Amino acid sequence: MDLILAIVIGAAFGAVLDRIGATNPNFIGKMLNLTNLHLMKTILLAIGTASVLMFGGQMLGLVDVGHMSVKTAYVGVFIGGLMLGLGWAASGFCPGTGVCAAATGRKDALYFIAGGLLGAAAYMGTYPMWKASGLLSGKALTLGAVPGSKYEGLTALPGDIMGIVLGLGFIVIAFALPDRLSGQRVEAAPAE
Amino acid sequence: MTLSWKTGGLALGLVFFLAVLLVKPIGVSTQFVILDGIAWDAVSSEVVTKTEEGYTSTNAYLAKSGGKYAKSVANPMNYSFIFVLAMMLGAGVSSYLRKGVSAEEKTMPALWRANFGDSAFKRYAVAFLGGFIVLYGARLAGGCTSGHMMSGMMQTAISGYIFAAGAFAAAIPTALLMFKSEG
Repeated sequence: MDLILAIVIGAAFGAVLDRIGATNPNFIGKMLNLTNLHLMKTILLAIGTASVLMFGGQMLGLVDVGHMSVKTAYVGVFIGGLMLGLGWAASGFCPGTGVCAAATGRKDALYFIAGGLLGAAAYMGTYPMWKASGLLSGKALTLGAVPGSKYEGLTALPGDIMGIVLGLGFIVIAFALPDRLSGQRVEAAPAE
Repeated sequence: MTLSWKTGGLALGLVFFLAVLLVKPIGVSTQFVILDGIAWDAVSSEVVTKTEEGYTSTNAYLAKSGGKYAKSVANPMNYSFIFVLAMMLGAGVSSYLRKGVSAEEKTMPALWRANFGDSAFKRYAVAFLGGFIVLYGARLAGGCTSGHMMSGMMQTAISGYIFAAGAFAAAIPTALLMFKSEG
């Protein structure tokens, strides 16, 4: 059953990533150089929608809180985020969109995957050093404690209500964000 | 054809919601480690070994958290690994149905060509190096764009916000510097 769900949800995720333009590194580059925020608006709306549905479903008792999986927050998350951001902008791929882009026939994505496999192997080799540094220790926290979950809240705010509030916030930002932020393209002068 | 941000955003949000409703939040980058482990274990079979409680590995990373990665390496037919293969299938079929990617684009995106010229070698080298630091960073962070940024922020995970702050703090200046011409 699990494997059938993996195939159905995985295939749906890959197909949607392709149709929103996320498998196209042009859209990633233009999102990150702030000249076309279409993909950013899409992602913000997606996070907001998923958040409202999940926390709303939990409050109505329709969604199992035990399915939540919150990752630990530690200094290495920020350092790793910086590294990912650098490579993401330079290549136009992240791990998920990279494998999907390769499936659409992009050859540069195959080089991204090869580099990624080597990078993951390099991390496997250097993991003891990071572990010893203490930069990997921290706590798995949500903004507020979610009723029924095993995670602690960073604040005393009610976690499920905050999830809906933040989700709606993401949706509002998706609508409010302009199509582009930097370097307005010079419109061609109209013909006389 | 690209969906409007409203339709696309709703569709993507529904997929992330369905994943949490039915199984667990979506994540991808761990599977690079699992595939490395499968390949490594294939050439040197003592890397992953069965114990009384489960699996362990001579590699400290594969052995961590009670050997959960070692277990996935030993059993590639698991949810998360099949999920990534299915993603490729879904993206491939979707791309085929929209008449695919042009031959020029398959070598390099137009935005890259407009800024760095036609050299395929240069593009492939940067894609390879980019892949290296993306996956090294993702494993150091414990997740990537899907696991930390999307699945994390939708659950109000503090780690997701820390990750997104780091990723955009590096990605936006890099893209502004690298891609000045809009193509």
